[in-house]
Amino acid sequence: MEQNVINTPIDPKQIPGWGIDADPKNDPTYPMRQRMNVGQDPDSKHRPQSLQPVDTEVLRSIERPNVSAVFGTPEPPSGLSGMIRRAAFHYSENRYRHWLPLVLADRVNVVEGIIEDLAHGKLPNIWAEKGYDVEWKHNRTSLILKLSAVAAVAAGAVVLLSSGDKKADKRKHYRGAYYEE
Amino acid sequence: MDYRGPKRVRAVQKPMPEIKHPQDAIVKVLRTCICGSDLHLYNGNVPDTRVGSTFGHEFVGEVVETGAEVTKVKVGDRVIVPFNIACGECHFCRQGMFGNCHESNTEATAVGAIFGYSHTAGGFNGGQAEYCRVPYANVGPVIVPEGMDLDDAVLLTDVVPTGYQAAEMAGIQNGDTVVVFGAGPIGIMAARCAWLFGAGRVIIIDQEDYRLDFARNYSYCEAYNFKEMDDPVVFVKKITDWIGADVVIDAVGAEAAGNTMQTITGRKLLLQAGSATALHWAINSVKKGGVVSIVGVYGPTDNLVPIGNVLNKGLTIRANQASVKRLLPRLIQHVQNGVLNPKGLITHRLPLEEVADGYRMFSAKLDNCIKTVLLPPTASH
Repeated sequence: MEQNVINTPIDPKQIPGWGIDADPKNDPTYPMRQRMNVGQDPDSKHRPQSLQPVDTEVLRSIERPNVSAVFGTPEPPSGLSGMIRRAAFHYSENRYRHWLPLVLADRVNVVEGIIEDLAHGKLPNIWAEKGYDVEWKHNRTSLILKLSAVAAVAAGAVVLLSSGDKKADKRKHYRGAYYEE
Repeated sequence: MDYRGPKRVRAVQKPMPEIKHPQDAIVKVLRTCICGSDLHLYNGNVPDTRVGSTFGHEFVGEVVETGAEVTKVKVGDRVIVPFNIACGECHFCRQGMFGNCHESNTEATAVGAIFGYSHTAGGFNGGQAEYCRVPYANVGPVIVPEGMDLDDAVLLTDVVPTGYQAAEMAGIQNGDTVVVFGAGPIGIMAARCAWLFGAGRVIIIDQEDYRLDFARNYSYCEAYNFKEMDDPVVFVKKITDWIGADVVIDAVGAEAAGNTMQTITGRKLLLQAGSATALHWAINSVKKGGVVSIVGVYGPTDNLVPIGNVLNKGLTIRANQASVKRLLPRLIQHVQNGVLNPKGLITHRLPLEEVADGYRMFSAKLDNCIKTVLLPPTASH
């Protein structure tokens, strides 16, 4: 077909495959599930025969009675973030007390990751990890603006904090003078 | 690939994955992609995304090791690995709901397990790696058909089935008007697949002109930029004789732009499970009695959507993670018969070592990026 550069009307029947999967029975109430009769529905208690051995710490949702037959083993909970995650799993998926601590744990985990890097003598290359090379190549102006904004905010914060120190110093001097009198 | 925190990833050497269960296989990854839903992880929006995780749920590879009970694939087979991990025998898998398996995720019951998609989705490492552990190898992996291009095969792991299921769930009837919000790879594929169910008109709406141009040609659809509209809902009403679309598909999910309040509360402050702008627009622009089909991914907590309008308009909302295993036989046919051309979505190919650049490019929509394929160093051997 020719390149369609404007929204010109098209005859759908020209489109390869048009209507080949049309299913008039698939109205919104037509189930995708392969439903069976009530008596034949799959047994909800059936489990795979082989279960993965639980040889690492797995946090389990309290909305299920057991550990699933397979599970992921990387990055078991550890450190402060792990403590927060363990606490979160005392609550069901229905509770903010479950999800919000997990978000907090993720942020703590980022700091732990940096500490871990430094402890192993590795200085994280934030520029490369954030893919700024490719942004520098394709979107330089925006990147410069973004970094300038971050630098301006950081500089503003430093100025604000240092002026706060000076004010505190002035108050100290004033009080000193007052008390001396 | 190694996640270090929001918007920070790097390539590192990690230990070889091991067989942990008799139905496991180890797969040498030959192609892997960055998915739009990976951006939710990349941006730090999915709870329990641990530092050190490997992302990647779209990959194909070669089986290099199998567990004692694996009979359906053997060492040397090239396999399409569905993004969801499914046991094939639980209450849900036996009803064809392979995206909702109950025996692969201990850490959450609301979601089945997904490769490389946080501990909330099972805590499995993903395929943006040289090697990956693939559980339930008798169930999920499908052997790449003779002659199929690996670039086509890798897009059958998620993009094609998810786009197809978005159209399937929409219950499209002959002649229906279908609106798709989001011209990312999934939205583009959903728009393309809507025709297969007999749509009479397909419209895609996004804010990136290059993606709209791409969709207009790839999916044979009308394409409009919402930045040029006062109000996308009024726009849809206006072009549908003021009654709304028969079907609206949300192919955006949590990273949606277009509404400042949603963006701030959903994406910046994380007070919602992502920005629900596209879903909000979908509910309001579909006609009374219409269908909203959701394949855009949201977090596990809450979102601000006009649920009262769902009731008052008599809408049907259908949503799910794609049941890849169920759909693969049909979709493989469509690719082999030339009806669908998945690899036509690929715009960028990068070595896996440049994964950080790949994420930045896709996330910031640089260099007219639609779909990025990552090539592990082992893929060329």
